[in-house]
This record gives sequence, C-alpha cells and structure tokens, in this order.
Amino acid sequence: MTAPAPASGLLAVRVPRTPGDRLRRALTDSATMTRRGLAHWSRQPGALLTMLLFPVLMLVMFAYFLGGGMAVEGGGDYKEYLVPGLLTLTMAFGLETTMVALTQDINRGVLDRFRSMPIAPSAVLVGRSVLDLLASAAGLLVMAATGLAIGWRFHNGPGPALAAFGLLLLLRFALLWAGICLGLMAGKPELVQAVQILIWPVAFLSSAFTSPDTMPGWMGAIAEWNPLSATAGAARELFGNPGWGGGSWATDHHVLLAVAWPLVLLAVFTPPALSHYTRLGH
Amino acid sequence: MSESPPAVEVTGLCKSYGGTAALDGLDLTVRTGTVHALLGPNGAGKTTAVRIMTTLLRPDAGRALVAGHDAVRDPDEVRYRIGLLGQSAALDEELSGRQNLELFGRLYHLGGRGAARRAAELLERFGLAAAGARPVRQYSGGMRRRLDLAASLIMRPQVLFLDEPTTGLDPRARQAVWQAVRALRDAGTTVLLTTQYLEEADRLAGTITVIDHGRAIAEGTPDQLKDRVGIPRLEVVVRDPGRLAEAAALLGTGTGTGTGTVTDPARRLAGAPAADGTPALTRAVAALAEAGIGIEDIALRRPTLDEVFLHLTGPAADSPRKAPA
Repeated sequence: MTAPAPASGLLAVRVPRTPGDRLRRALTDSATMTRRGLAHWSRQPGALLTMLLFPVLMLVMFAYFLGGGMAVEGGGDYKEYLVPGLLTLTMAFGLETTMVALTQDINRGVLDRFRSMPIAPSAVLVGRSVLDLLASAAGLLVMAATGLAIGWRFHNGPGPALAAFGLLLLLRFALLWAGICLGLMAGKPELVQAVQILIWPVAFLSSAFTSPDTMPGWMGAIAEWNPLSATAGAARELFGNPGWGGGSWATDHHVLLAVAWPLVLLAVFTPPALSHYTRLGH
Repeated sequence: MSESPPAVEVTGLCKSYGGTAALDGLDLTVRTGTVHALLGPNGAGKTTAVRIMTTLLRPDAGRALVAGHDAVRDPDEVRYRIGLLGQSAALDEELSGRQNLELFGRLYHLGGRGAARRAAELLERFGLAAAGARPVRQYSGGMRRRLDLAASLIMRPQVLFLDEPTTGLDPRARQAVWQAVRALRDAGTTVLLTTQYLEEADRLAGTITVIDHGRAIAEGTPDQLKDRVGIPRLEVVVRDPGRLAEAAALLGTGTGTGTGTVTDPARRLAGAPAADGTPALTRAVAALAEAGIGIEDIALRRPTLDEVFLHLTGPAADSPRKAPA
C-alpha cells in the first residue's frame, strides 16, 4: 500500500442515453453477472456437484429403499411414477439456491457495491435468473439420465417430453422469483433456514412421491391443488408415465394448472420483488 | 486550485426512517483535492449521508452534487466518477482477488481486456499480485481491505468515499489504510471519509465536519476546531501527594491566568488554564521550584479533539439513538 497512486483521472464514461444503448448495456451487464455465477461453479465444483447429485441420491433412495412398498394405480412401475415427481421437486429445491445466493450478496455488501456502479438496474436479477435456470436445466438432464439408467422411460416421443421439461423450467422460473422476493424482503440467513425446512412438508404434501388418494381427505385435497402436483402430473401425462386417477377437476387438468400455477406465482411474487429491488434506494 | 468547483456540494439533505430523522438539513462542501472527514457519534447520520452521495439512497429533500453531477437525477454519471469503500468488505468471497477486480472492471464497462489489465495493475499496486489467484475467502482482514480499496479505485475516481474505513482493523492494517489515503490525496484524489475515531480525522483530514443529529454542527481544520474549545491547560504531576493542593494554588498565581485546581488526586495531578502558553509554563516551573515542591511531570496541553467532540456534541452523544447509522 506504499506505492504512489497514479494521478486521478477517469478511465471512461459511457452513460447510455438512447434505448438501444441501454438495452446493449443491460445485455452486457447481465452476461457479466451470469459469468460471475459460472465462475463460482468452476471455483467450487464440489458445491455444484452436491446440488446436482442430491436429487439423484433422493431418486435412488426412493426408488430402491421405499419404492418396493409403493403401489401405482394400474400396477405400473413406481419408478415411472417417481421420476417426474422428483424432477418437480428438484425445481422446488431451487428456491433455496436462489435465496441463499441473493441473501449472501446482500449481507456481504456486494449488492451495494453493484448498486454503486453504473450497471443496468436489471442486470443483477437477470443474471441470477439465467444462472439459476442453467443450473436447473443441468439438474434436469442429470436426473433424467439417472432415471433412464434405472428404468424410467418417456413413451410419447421427444415433443411432449420437451414440453414436460419446459413446464418444469417454468415452475422453476416462478419459484426463482419467489426466492428473489423472499431474499430481498428478509435478506436474513434465518429465513433461508426456515424455507429449507418448510420446503419438505410442501414437497410431501403433493403428488411427488405418492398419490393424494392415499392421504386423509383434506390433506389429499391440498395435495391435489399443490402447484408441485400440477407440474408433476402434467409431466407424467406428457412423458406417458402412470399418474393417479383422482377424478377431481385438478387432476383432470394437470397441464392447464402446470401453466397457470407458475403464472399465478409470478404474478404474486414478481411485482413485490421488483419494487423491493428498486426501493432498496428509498 | 481555488477555481475548480467543489468535489461534493450537499445542501439541505434530509432523510428519515419511519419518523426518525437520520439527516436533518445537512449542508456540506468538499473542496477538490482535499481529504475531508465527517466526524460524529454513532447514529449521527454519517452513513446515511454517504449512501445518498454514492447514489445508494434517495434523499427525502435536498440536493447532492457529486463530481459536478446530481446524485438523484444523474446517478450513472456520478457512479462512473466515484469509488466507495463501505464498512465491510464488499467482495465476492468465492472468487479470487483477480476475478473480483475483473468482474467489477467489466461492470464499469472496461471490456474483458481492459478489466484484466486494470486488475493486474491494481493487484500489483496493493501488493496482492502473489495472492491474486487465491479465493478471497482465504484472505486476511488486511488483504481484504486492500482488495476492497483496489476495487473502489478501478475507475480512478474523482471522489473516493470511505465509510469508517478502519473500523474493526488491527493497528497495522489501520496504518496501511491511512498510508493509502495519504498517497491518494497526494495524487490529487478527493477523499471523503466518515469516522468516529478522532485520531483518524486528526491525522488524515485537512477539514473536519462534525455532524450530530443529522446536521453539521461545526467545521474547520483540526487546529481550528481545537481552538474553538478554548485555551491550553497547564498540567503538573507532583511527587508528594501531601503538597498537591498547595501546588494547585501556586499554579493559579504562578500562571496568572486563572484558578488552579486539583484535577485528579489519585494521579497527583493539578492543572490551570494557561492562555499565554509557554511563558505561563516557565513561570509555573519557577514558582514550584521556589516553594520546593518536587514535580514528576509538567506539560502544556492543547485541547484534544476528544474534548472538542464532547464539547460540541454534548453529553447526549453517548446516549443511544434510534436512527440507523
């Protein structure tokens, strides 16, 4: 720190004034933010691996340890039922990934540093979204590959299968904004822990592992309407995997609900998330 | 120098949180090329002021011109021209030192190559070249602070804001930060720092603004502020505690300026105001010698900034405040 500082003088000032310049800046800055996340992965391959392999572990545990005791309506293979459920659950667990990352940036003052720089206001959140969706897409691929290895199959061809992956990522996108919203509103590590715990009952109170028909009446009704059940049910339908009968309106309109629920979640969480973000300066 | 416009010009800044005023009409002018300290107790509004000047926070009222641009109306122009060193190191712990600087350089739109070049320069300058590839997680507190400072200098800012830059640092790291601030000042960077350490303001700043309850209550050079509190004091430590009262009385007549008092019996300390300074000291030494009172120590003491501070902010400065710092 003893070396003399070079003379004070601005390196470059390029404040964008036109909409085109602003868009270009937003794209550049969002790309830089995404790169930052990719650099985290290459710095900490262990953390990435854990994130990718935890659902795989669950898949193996549920398929082989518990799967023997599970009956599927129509006598199908439980693994066929389980894989779409766990793909859905992987998306749900992403909520806490988003929250943890954002909470850390807030508490370490990194977010303040970003906000004191001439970057596009959208860059922090767009970068976060792109990165988390990339991670989730990678997670889906790893899970699907494991599923295929243990006997899960999709029966309706690649088109519907891709549609199923699209719906799963749509759910992830909605939960991403829930994570951003909760992270910005609380910004405390304690809330992250609470979410990490609460995600389990929400996950189990769905059709991810078992048919809501087997639950006590009122619980089954909640499970049927759980957004996770909608996505899991839609994925089963599109993959051609066995689902459950049920016969309620919710179970008959899985695909519709798998589109509608994430949109509802986005409508609920995005406006407060954005207003919290812009009001950080108020 | 006198014709260059001020680096920072703040007028009538107000900001309250839930009914509690953190800033209550703050006025502040920082001349270009100076080190200016914002000194005040916890909760005086120092950090709030810095957050407004660095575009992180919008004021309820008032105006902040920084490097010639309005912090509210034209924040990006301000952001390109300032550096901010917050209270805690704002770094990405997972990335290496070099990756941190490159990330911030890219966000200043220096481009990949420009950011890499600037990162290399700064790592070299702050003695972090060897540690550049290590994740920040493994850095010591001093190294973190250096990297943090390097990050705030990427754009060679016209105005550098340091918010309590040495809070929580060990003496060595503190000295290093002070040295860096002096080097920046010598190179012509305007520095605005907040501190609750009087010693820090005294050593670094050419101008000090004392702030309390969200407004400026005094301003001047460290010496001017000390002079405001009053005249120097003559202090003497006697050998024989039995003669302390006698010494105090002699000081009064010996210095010829006022009443001598026993300041602290436990330390055998007596004192008296000494308006004319050194001559008073000479007279006192002679008078004490003549009376045969042995002395251990005698000194002329100017008021410290601590006394200035307490004098200006009053006893309430110690009581807790509701407003966030």
